[in-house]
Amino acid sequence: MSKTVVIDPVTRIEGHAKISIFLNDAGEVDDARFHVVEYRGFEKFCEGRPFTEMAGITARICGICPVSHLLAAAKTGDKILAVKIPVAAEKLRRMMNLAQITQSHALSFFHLSSPDFLLGWDSDPAKRNVFGLIAADPDLARAGIRLRQFGQTIIELLGARKIHAAWAVPGGVRSPLSEEGRTWIRDRLPESFETITTALNLFKTLIDQQLKDEIGIFGEFPSLFMGLVGKDGKWDHYGGHLRFVDSAGTVIADGLSEDDYASFLGEAVEKWSYLKFPYYKPLGYPAGIYRVGPLARLNVCRYIGTPKADQELKEFRDRAGGVPTSSFLYHYARLIEILACLEHIQDLVNDPDVVSPRVRAEGGVNELEAIGVSEAPRGTLFHHYKVDEHGLIQKVNLIIATGQNNLAMNKTVAQIAKHYIHNSDIPEGFLNRVEAGIRCFDPCLSCSTHAAGQMPLHVQLLGADGHVIQEVFRD
Amino acid sequence: MDKIKFATVWLAGCSGCHMSFLDLDEWLIDLAAAVDVVFSPVGCDLKTYPEGVDVCLVEGAIANQENLELIYDVRRKTKLLISFGDCAVTANVPAMRNMLGSSSAVLKRAYLELGDVTPQLPDEPGIVPELLDRVVPVHEVVPVDIFMPGCPPSADRIRATLEPLLKGEMPVMEGRSMIKFG
Ligand code: SF4
Repeated sequence: MSKTVVIDPVTRIEGHAKISIFLNDAGEVDDARFHVVEYRGFEKFCEGRPFTEMAGITARICGICPVSHLLAAAKTGDKILAVKIPVAAEKLRRMMNLAQITQSHALSFFHLSSPDFLLGWDSDPAKRNVFGLIAADPDLARAGIRLRQFGQTIIELLGARKIHAAWAVPGGVRSPLSEEGRTWIRDRLPESFETITTALNLFKTLIDQQLKDEIGIFGEFPSLFMGLVGKDGKWDHYGGHLRFVDSAGTVIADGLSEDDYASFLGEAVEKWSYLKFPYYKPLGYPAGIYRVGPLARLNVCRYIGTPKADQELKEFRDRAGGVPTSSFLYHYARLIEILACLEHIQDLVNDPDVVSPRVRAEGGVNELEAIGVSEAPRGTLFHHYKVDEHGLIQKVNLIIATGQNNLAMNKTVAQIAKHYIHNSDIPEGFLNRVEAGIRCFDPCLSCSTHAAGQMPLHVQLLGADGHVIQEVFRD
Repeated sequence: MDKIKFATVWLAGCSGCHMSFLDLDEWLIDLAAAVDVVFSPVGCDLKTYPEGVDVCLVEGAIANQENLELIYDVRRKTKLLISFGDCAVTANVPAMRNMLGSSSAVLKRAYLELGDVTPQLPDEPGIVPELLDRVVPVHEVVPVDIFMPGCPPSADRIRATLEPLLKGEMPVMEGRSMIKFG
């Protein structure tokens, strides 16, 4: 008789979620489902708004990575105006995106995930959080808080506020960096480098020792990876073109333009989740599973282009003996990306263009349809608008980073469940691990379903006829 | 004296108000010394909203059946409930769908028109909560003690609201620095 386990909700991920686990007749795990249970409807209610408002509205999809929506909306807007934005504007947008990736990855590592690593999967759930970390390791907690603050403050220096800055606009940005802002960033960089070096060393020690097994259990499987890359395969987060590689490192599609996304990306829908299931069209659904985000970006690129991060990338690949394919290594990839961001910020802050006053190109509505793309901390983000001749939105499609990891998150949950659940028994500590499996992807569920929230944790074992055999609550 | 039992709740919002809370940065370390965080999507793994919470920040509007159930539970168990941010105070961006009438318009667009294989509505009973036809602010459903507007409220505003509460005083929600929307 097959059975189902439901976990409700998953905390310390950004959103509302539940998990079901299906057992087969032998009491072994058959499959798992990760349900996303919120939806707000941006793709519909934006219709009729001027396209220039899209940055402000879609930023409210997600408070963790509002900059991603700001940039994707602005890039789509550039194409509607049919202008080429000033060089300085592109550098400034890049700087804000680097700052955002830094703050968002710092949040994921220090505030949300490190309590599991440092306090233990099975430590007291009331303490296993950033406040528990503050109590257990105040220096590390403070350093992590200040690293996130570094990213958030750069966003504020550029856009006048930390969250939902109305700064990037179709045609460019509203204002350059000030000299004071430059000085602040330069002064704070050494501390930020120090913090990320500490975190990288700490994480490497952990995966050599106490977190060794997790790499094989937390979502270790082959899949495609997708992300933006620049010229000659350089790591990119803003421009360039899209590339797919497989787990052997073979480039299977390259030089793809966002304009053609509908030819290679499809979106499937399941009854049991508000989160859709994007897939790589040539392989069909669900065989076209691909991953996006930090791990994918490091796998699609040939090199990063800054010395320290390239050194780390080499070690990252050497340790895996090829292409790193474990989802647990998202954490590691995130730290390497922070280092890359800091190095790129260091280069940009010394670039005379970032204080240039020429930051915005003007234009009217010259194209009626446009697609913009940007790398959000969690992966590639697409905005697709159709407008009328007045620039009022007729149709919107948004393909969000976390959604593209939906198939991989489901697969990760199933792998963890198969490892821990035997003979219809949910062992102690299982819930924490399955949640941690999802947390590897740092899913921003408010983005992915254009929604957000939280609920109690609830695990159910159900028979094939739907009747409850066993229930576990965590409180 | 027992520490203040402090909670934060996330309903239909973008998490930006919670992120602004985390922008308290190092003051979080002081806050951690002054309160027990008993429930929070960003700071606590406990899954059931506990009894006897002293102060709760509520982010987000009421948009689905689950939001509704949670806010009744929160109100019953909380002494001082703060509508935290514009979504909680006015329903803000999530309420933009209200002008389309029922929730079916937004669902159809995302899952039927934009789903290219298996187009269907996510509606598995007991798994995905039903959307309410009208998104409403928190005070339309339960009484609210303090309104803290902002999209999101800045960390300074959050701190200026919480600091008096830690001393057992009520914050004065007046002036541009405390009650500006957006
Ligand atoms: S008030 Fe603004 S920042 Fe807060 S949840 Fe709503 S949209 Fe996000």
